[in-house]
Amino acid sequence: MFGLYKKIAQTGLLGINRRNADYILTYNPRHLYPLVDDKLLTKRLAMEAGLGVPKLYGSVEIVRQVRDLPELLAQYQDFVVKPAHGNGGEGILIITGRNKRLYRRHNGVLITEEALFHHVTNILSGMYSLGGHPDKALIEYRIQADPLLESLSYQGVPDIRIIVFLGFPVMSMVRLPTRMSNGKANLHQGAIGAGIDIATGTTLQAVWMNDIITEHPDTGNGVFGVQIPYWDTLLYQAASCYELTGLGYQGIDIVLDREKGPLILELNARPGLNIQIANKVGLLPRLRRVEAEAHKKMEIKERVAFAKMHFGATEHSIHH
Amino acid sequence: MNRRHFYLLVTGLTLAGLGLFLFKFLVLGFPLTPYERADVWDLEARITFEAKKKPVKISFLVPRNSQMVTVVNENFISRGYGLITRTDLNNRQAVWSTRKTEGPQNLYYRATVQATGVKTPQTIKKPPEILPPAFEGVFLESANIILSEMIAQSADLDIMVGALLNRLNMKRADDHVLLLLGKKPSPEKKLQVAVDLLGLNKTPARIAHGVRLREQARDVPIIHWLQVFDNEVWRDYHPETGEPTIPSDYFLWWYGESPLIQSKGVDKLHVNLSVTLSIDSAINALVERGQILTPKLLAFSLFSLPIHVQSTYRILLMIPIGALLLVILRNVVGIKAFGTFTPVLIALAFRETQLIWGIFFFSIMVSFGLSVRFYLEHLKLLLVPRLASVLISVVILMAAFSVVSHQLGLDRGLSVAIFPMVILTMTIERMSIVWEERGASEAIQQGFGSLLVAAAAYTVMNIAYLEHLLFVFPELLLVFLATTILLGRYNGYRLTELIRFKVFAQDAS
Repeated sequence: MFGLYKKIAQTGLLGINRRNADYILTYNPRHLYPLVDDKLLTKRLAMEAGLGVPKLYGSVEIVRQVRDLPELLAQYQDFVVKPAHGNGGEGILIITGRNKRLYRRHNGVLITEEALFHHVTNILSGMYSLGGHPDKALIEYRIQADPLLESLSYQGVPDIRIIVFLGFPVMSMVRLPTRMSNGKANLHQGAIGAGIDIATGTTLQAVWMNDIITEHPDTGNGVFGVQIPYWDTLLYQAASCYELTGLGYQGIDIVLDREKGPLILELNARPGLNIQIANKVGLLPRLRRVEAEAHKKMEIKERVAFAKMHFGATEHSIHH
Repeated sequence: MNRRHFYLLVTGLTLAGLGLFLFKFLVLGFPLTPYERADVWDLEARITFEAKKKPVKISFLVPRNSQMVTVVNENFISRGYGLITRTDLNNRQAVWSTRKTEGPQNLYYRATVQATGVKTPQTIKKPPEILPPAFEGVFLESANIILSEMIAQSADLDIMVGALLNRLNMKRADDHVLLLLGKKPSPEKKLQVAVDLLGLNKTPARIAHGVRLREQARDVPIIHWLQVFDNEVWRDYHPETGEPTIPSDYFLWWYGESPLIQSKGVDKLHVNLSVTLSIDSAINALVERGQILTPKLLAFSLFSLPIHVQSTYRILLMIPIGALLLVILRNVVGIKAFGTFTPVLIALAFRETQLIWGIFFFSIMVSFGLSVRFYLEHLKLLLVPRLASVLISVVILMAAFSVVSHQLGLDRGLSVAIFPMVILTMTIERMSIVWEERGASEAIQQGFGSLLVAAAAYTVMNIAYLEHLLFVFPELLLVFLATTILLGRYNGYRLTELIRFKVFAQDAS
């Protein structure tokens, strides 16, 4: 056991205790959490900063407003309903089309207007929020996945997770929904995680249910060495989220829309550790590298350049 | 975060806890183990009599603290009687009285006594007063003859007292002795004569009355002993052989000539003394004795609380152990469980149900609750009413479970009632959400994790030795706090993470 512990420690893997104690508790002041926990607030902030976000169609804050929903939804053929305080993609309902009072979900299932409203009231009652507190429901633009990434996933929209530490993008992966994950981009639900080389924006190996894979299990398309479009923009947008929220250690989820380009989906103050498996590299050496640079006041562009120079796939192989 | 501050705090807490612990253990002698040998006895005197519609007054001698024995606790049980206690030169007396009563009456005196461990008798500087003996005429003459013979024959007091008692106890007593003792003298009468004779010699003496402390004795006889004052101490002499000893289990109840009980206005007075080895553990007695020796320190110990509150704290003090174990299992081992302290609360419930039954009940309740919860899912209820519905169903199931198992004669089933139902409901809700969002395997895994942590917490919290240790040395909680704070900064890997990230180790090799 100690041998295993030592070996893993040598790889610089960030464990959950260290993430919580040394990074989240140290660099993420609690009073800033609402900025990322409330997606409505995050969206507003990002828009003010000129970052791309999915357009908000409307929000429902009290149960009575559910009655006004048909009027609000009348002008949209497709949209997404999500809880403002949702966690890990829970409670998100994606409507891809409609036929009068029937709504088609992303997986092709038709649901009634009544079921849709029930989902909204569930969101309001806090079913999907952290701690079960009453919540708001957001209705927003449905992202049309970029054709390249769409070919890499089964239903759903792949999203790109970038860990940003003190404004430096330190590690990234793209999460590809599978049949197993039911179109959701969560690794624990069976989505594929593919590491992305920070320097070039091409995918590294992909991990699916703890196995290394080279092809998408549902589509058969190769998932290795794929160039992510808009990579520099993605890095820049992610890095600028540090100024946006002030959180030292955060996970930025960005999606690529086929028309609107990179859109920031959500920010996470407690990003998961699976990204290390997808990259097959530990976060610690990179985080320490950044800590050593932190005293220099760098511009966003400089930070991105620094990250591209030091956190590329070739650089990390030198670590071993 | 200031590292020095952190380590200072942890060290300070540990030192304070351990220091107080060691002080109590080494200096005050608090026992480390629960049932250390203790000479603690429960005495009971049952006084029965018939009242005759007249004012009743019962005077009863009760034991008092001495150098060798402490009365740690006493109760007077007497409905409808006024009670006063008073202390004279030698004895303590309880006086019950009532204006008018009728029929058979029962009065009880109960005391818990303990040997202090002091074996040497108390030294008294001032010699006690000698009452002039009531010898007159021919009696005085006989007494003087006996006394002078005794003095002539003996070199010191021990020998003289021994010879005197021997002479009084001879089968064929001589004429002088016969005259003084009268016909068929009781052992007490013989001792009384001995006391008078010694008084004639200006040697203070008295009769001690007491019982022998033996396990589970009912109707114990009162044993009289002779005490003679010599060289600033009262020395004990066997009433028949005259040897200067006293049995180690002898408990002195009262001194002197006064009878144990005196009454006014009653018939058929009878006293029945019984003795039992007290089931109180050593510590209680130790502390109660301590209240006499060092009252200030122990006024703030848990032993100063009423007994029923103490028993609550015996359980409450185990919760920190459960919490510490929970911290280790979650942050060092990395077991996933529902809720933060849910497993500890379940473990508390296991104390009543026992482990196997507890796990069985918990599994039944949760699986039933889950099926209700999944059914309610179809009804599309709002969150709070849904939770309330599950709660109500859980209560109904608990009641049904108790009734059915009681009918079947399984009393174990009744203990299901103490399961924390709100905690159960929240567990069910959390589990069903995890079930839907992350799949059955994750939900069952977490449910199993909760049970595992609860079972581990129960096992640790049920160690009687730990319970004793924490109750006697609650300052150890400071050490627990320090450990927990220290674990709060543990940033190493969890054991389960080693498995989760095994692929990393394979690469490095």
